[in-house]
Amino acid sequence: MTTITKYRSPVQDGRDGFPQLLRAEWTKFRTVRGWVIAMIVAILVTAGLGLFLVAASTNVSCGTGNSSGGSGQVQHGAACQTTLLLGPGGEPVTDSFYFVRQPLAGNGSITVRVTSLTGLPPSANGQGDMQSQLMPWAKAGIIINQNLTNGSAYVAMMVTGSNGVRMQWNYTSDAPGLPGAVSAASPRWLRLARDGDTIAGYDSTDGAHWMQVGAVHLAGLPSAVQAGLFATSPQFIEMSTRFGSGNISHSNTEATAVFDRVSRFGAWPASTWTGGAEGVAPGGAAPGGYHQAGGRFTVTGSGDIAPAIPGPGNSGVGHQPIGFFLVGTVAGLIAVIVVATMFMTAEYRRGLIRTTLAVSPGRGRVLAAKAIVIGAAAFVTGLAAAACTAIGATEIAHAVGYSMFPVPWPTELRVIAGTAALVAVAAVFTLALGTMARRSAAAVMTAIVTIVVPFFLAFTDAVPAVIGEWLLRITPAAAFAVQQSTPQYQQVQASYTPGLGDGFFPLVPWAGFAVLCGWAALALAGAAYLLRRRDA
Amino acid sequence: MSLALRAGQRSHLAWAETIHAEWTKLRTLASTGWLLLGAVALTVTVSAVTVPAATVAPGLDPAKLSLTGIQAGQAAVAILAVLVISNEYSTGMIRVTLTAMPRRHMVLAAKAALVGGLVSAAGAVAVLASVLAGRLILPGRGFTPANGYQLLSLGNGPDLRAACGSVLYFALVALLALGIATAVRDSAVAIGAVLALLYLIPIAAVVVSNQHWQRHLEQIGPMSAGLYIQATVGVRAQPLTPWQGLGVLALWAAGALVLGGLVLSFRDA
Repeated sequence: MTTITKYRSPVQDGRDGFPQLLRAEWTKFRTVRGWVIAMIVAILVTAGLGLFLVAASTNVSCGTGNSSGGSGQVQHGAACQTTLLLGPGGEPVTDSFYFVRQPLAGNGSITVRVTSLTGLPPSANGQGDMQSQLMPWAKAGIIINQNLTNGSAYVAMMVTGSNGVRMQWNYTSDAPGLPGAVSAASPRWLRLARDGDTIAGYDSTDGAHWMQVGAVHLAGLPSAVQAGLFATSPQFIEMSTRFGSGNISHSNTEATAVFDRVSRFGAWPASTWTGGAEGVAPGGAAPGGYHQAGGRFTVTGSGDIAPAIPGPGNSGVGHQPIGFFLVGTVAGLIAVIVVATMFMTAEYRRGLIRTTLAVSPGRGRVLAAKAIVIGAAAFVTGLAAAACTAIGATEIAHAVGYSMFPVPWPTELRVIAGTAALVAVAAVFTLALGTMARRSAAAVMTAIVTIVVPFFLAFTDAVPAVIGEWLLRITPAAAFAVQQSTPQYQQVQASYTPGLGDGFFPLVPWAGFAVLCGWAALALAGAAYLLRRRDA
Repeated sequence: MSLALRAGQRSHLAWAETIHAEWTKLRTLASTGWLLLGAVALTVTVSAVTVPAATVAPGLDPAKLSLTGIQAGQAAVAILAVLVISNEYSTGMIRVTLTAMPRRHMVLAAKAALVGGLVSAAGAVAVLASVLAGRLILPGRGFTPANGYQLLSLGNGPDLRAACGSVLYFALVALLALGIATAVRDSAVAIGAVLALLYLIPIAAVVVSNQHWQRHLEQIGPMSAGLYIQATVGVRAQPLTPWQGLGVLALWAAGALVLGGLVLSFRDA
């Protein structure tokens, strides 16, 4: 009888935990030289395209007359500023209106009754169908300004063309008051009361029953401020999408308001009113004027007191924010899509998938490990690309004397991190497509047709804005919304399209990103199901 | 002796046989039919969705509008053309092909002729359907003779140019893709490169605010230049005439094919 001792290998058992799987997948990724090079190419292409665009940008694209190009004919009667006016929060603003003012040297209040707000024929273009058009955001009312400097802090109570009474302050803030249009039969009473650094706004329909609309604290308000009546009316923007050649035309408008029952309480040292146009009226609009007869003031103005909006049709024309120059992300993304596809399909092509699944039979775990590795690699790629573009853009813009549309740093951070997340999730989505299709051509095509082509069609105005916006709501391309660098203001009339160089998306940044995540989750679920069900 | 004679005879037939061999390979791949169908479907769908959303505006080009889908459909065309060669590399078939047909440039020429012909046929179907959709839908959207728009018709010179030019555009995009794919061999890389080349330049042209750069980008971009052929309104305002534009794309395609041919001839398969 011989005893048989079972052979035991002296080599210790390898661990087959998830970290080992991750390490295996990471090794597969980093040892294919072409993939690593492709990721570096993605960074270079994204940043290179962005920086080239900054270098080739000028602020003087807003010349008068016609200019034709990729975004087509842009007729500019628009405000043509080569430098942006900055508001108290550092954000670009427009600040032009007709001001009938007196100094207010301390606490006090001003109360007026507005009996009429009417539009006047636009002073440019003079198109027949726009006669006496009152802009929805034509504004007239009372305002307390920190001083007469353009872009200074302010609080205003106003009636608007078709948005009722509003209280607005410091360009970006807006609060609704009484609804409805103003007329002699239905006048609006407005009041601003200053107490130290706090200014409260009230409105009333009869001058007896007052409602407070809001109270605003303006830190560092000097003792002497400028207060009085104002009127202004934004430009009329007409957009006709011509698909691949959008057409934007502007015309200046005017608003005329009639005030009476003007009463002042408190420290008003002057007794007479001074009228003057504040700021540069856009496109050489008539500066406006005022007329006083008895207690009745008729004030006419043109312009706007509002945040500036980037885009060729908007007030911030000629200046683009950082998100705009990240358009090269689409280029980098194509490279990342190719790598993410091959990260899975190469296993099928080489037959490596059989080894992979023999070593780690938990197929869902293999997919998860692959998704984590490619997602992380793509995130780093996207982050590097976006950060390089953002940092380089500032430098190059400075060097060539181009002034970009300034963006607050939290937004810039969101744009950069969002771009990285967009690239990462798109890579995971593509990996899942590759797992389902097992053929690189089919997967690359699906990824490009669902991510790159919708973005292309919307961004270049190849399709009407309506369709472009729908594409950017439902397709994975919605995630490009993370690159929108300036908010869309409901109280500012502007062209907010994805194309025409405006760069506005129909979904808020993280909602757009969530759409891509949803698609990626669906694709991953499909990939996990098929990977389990099918023979490798 | 007889063998040598037969070989000599065969060389006369080489071109026809090369074409026949390539046609057999192309025809028996399932992906060929699907991609052709995809190109037609994508083109017609995007065109048919775009046209009803249009509103009358000065300078709007009805022919170009009706052919919007070409911009999406070309993705499927490019992928089809890439696969014609890159599939052979991925399966190793290329070695068999080049053993059987050692004249490498002829193999590429046969592939180019076949894929160009197939894509033109699919393009003709897609273009006809798109033009028909435009013809039927546009008058309902206000594009009537009363508003100064001629009905879309292949009897009009400019409309015919836009339609035929779009078919040629498809064929040239296919040749460009085939040339690039022959040079880079890998399907995923080739698809990425071709689609990046097509789609990125128009995107860059939107972003760049310098008119000078914008004009140049549009003149050299294979897609933006090639699509000038679709213009029937405001042709003179374009940086290039329609045929010059298509010529730029043809130069791109020729350049890619020459590059692909050289690489194919001088590199081990």
